[in-house]
Amino acid sequence: MIIGQIKDGIVLDHISAGKSMEIYHVLGLDERACTVAMIKNADSVKMGKKDIIKIGEVIALDFDVLGYIDPGITVNIIRDGKLYKQERLALPEKVVDVIRCKNPRCIASTEQELVHEFKLCDREKKIYRCIYCETRAGDGPGK
Amino acid sequence: MRNLIDIMHLSPEEIDALIAKAEDIIEHPKKYQEACKHKILATLFFEPSTRTRLSFEAAMYGLGGNVIGFAEAQSSSTAKGESISDTVKTISCYADIIAMRHPKEGAPLVAAKRAGVPIINAGDGGHNHPTQTLADLLTIKREKGSFQNLRVGMCGDLKFGRTVHSLISAMSRYEGVEFDLISPDELKIPEYVKNNVLLPQQIPFTESRTLHAVLPRLDILYMTRVQRERFFNEADYIRLKDTYILTPEKLQSAKDDLCIMHPLPRVNEIAVSVDDDPRACYFKQVLNGKYMRMALILMLLEVEI
Repeated sequence: MIIGQIKDGIVLDHISAGKSMEIYHVLGLDERACTVAMIKNADSVKMGKKDIIKIGEVIALDFDVLGYIDPGITVNIIRDGKLYKQERLALPEKVVDVIRCKNPRCIASTEQELVHEFKLCDREKKIYRCIYCETRAGDGPGK
Repeated sequence: MRNLIDIMHLSPEEIDALIAKAEDIIEHPKKYQEACKHKILATLFFEPSTRTRLSFEAAMYGLGGNVIGFAEAQSSSTAKGESISDTVKTISCYADIIAMRHPKEGAPLVAAKRAGVPIINAGDGGHNHPTQTLADLLTIKREKGSFQNLRVGMCGDLKFGRTVHSLISAMSRYEGVEFDLISPDELKIPEYVKNNVLLPQQIPFTESRTLHAVLPRLDILYMTRVQRERFFNEADYIRLKDTYILTPEKLQSAKDDLCIMHPLPRVNEIAVSVDDDPRACYFKQVLNGKYMRMALILMLLEVEI
């Protein structure tokens, strides 16, 4: 399969296989007019299989959100057909308004316009906890 | 400006300083009786709690200050749909310091981010209750002389019992402390307390369903109430509420210098006949709570005496 080279844009490489569609939606690429190519299950020496997203425009990326969803991603910024900048992502210390607290006893479930904020508590196990009630991301109460 | 949202936001040195201040207040109450003259404490209790609210109010009056507030959400603007942020921003215009209880976990943190005055968490749902822990710590210090090398039994509702979680966190910072956690399976200590506090610090602990086997080795027995308001299901509450009842007969196997504690109110988990036992310390805890709240108010208002 041949996908054309980008002159100015972004290549998100080393996406875990199968995660490209989630990233496509999180970055709001479905609402943009620029060219976007998604490659699923590409062969990778390092990962076995990987996904790649090529975006034909340099857009503002929320690295914290990307790093939370898939910390192994490499972000390549392309300018004039050349690699201008490369960033390897890591788990962010906090994520704001990306995940929602599922604890019905948490103040975030009722307080008007309150941001849902989670902080990284265990980098190795990728555990985030709500800053208000300390519930683990993805869990209900008492976890 | 400081707040007290979680007991772990106080260092062991700050807790020592608060205990020293509380003991000085106990020794010399007159010295402090005008320390907060012309200052106002607002007690915002969105959930009923006569004991904690009156303790805060008694503490502020003991320092010569004044108190405003409400005792239930129905008598506040929350009943009209006002947010926590707006409520505390408004109250900040009237008061120098706020003590807040709320059924939602994390509500005092939201308040602290918005209020212009110090916020004290007076209990947020099943989450934190740091001033109860301060009362517990002063009681342990006065009864045992130190926090080190103590075997602490926690009995009853360890899942929703916020005082238990806070006390475990606070006591885990001292050397030689071990825990025996006694509860029915449905009310066991949450995994996050084990994973965040006990396991990383390699604090020795056991978990069991019965009290009698561990009672003889305990230095402190911390009893808790199985709380009706923490259950979604009434049938579960009725089935579990009488699981652990402490009686004089059971206490025969305990150490002579055991310190029996309870955050109160009790329902029936400690028989009234235990009250006459010199090892019963739960009413001392109540009084110690007032003194620690006085010390805390002085610290947060930066009043030097």
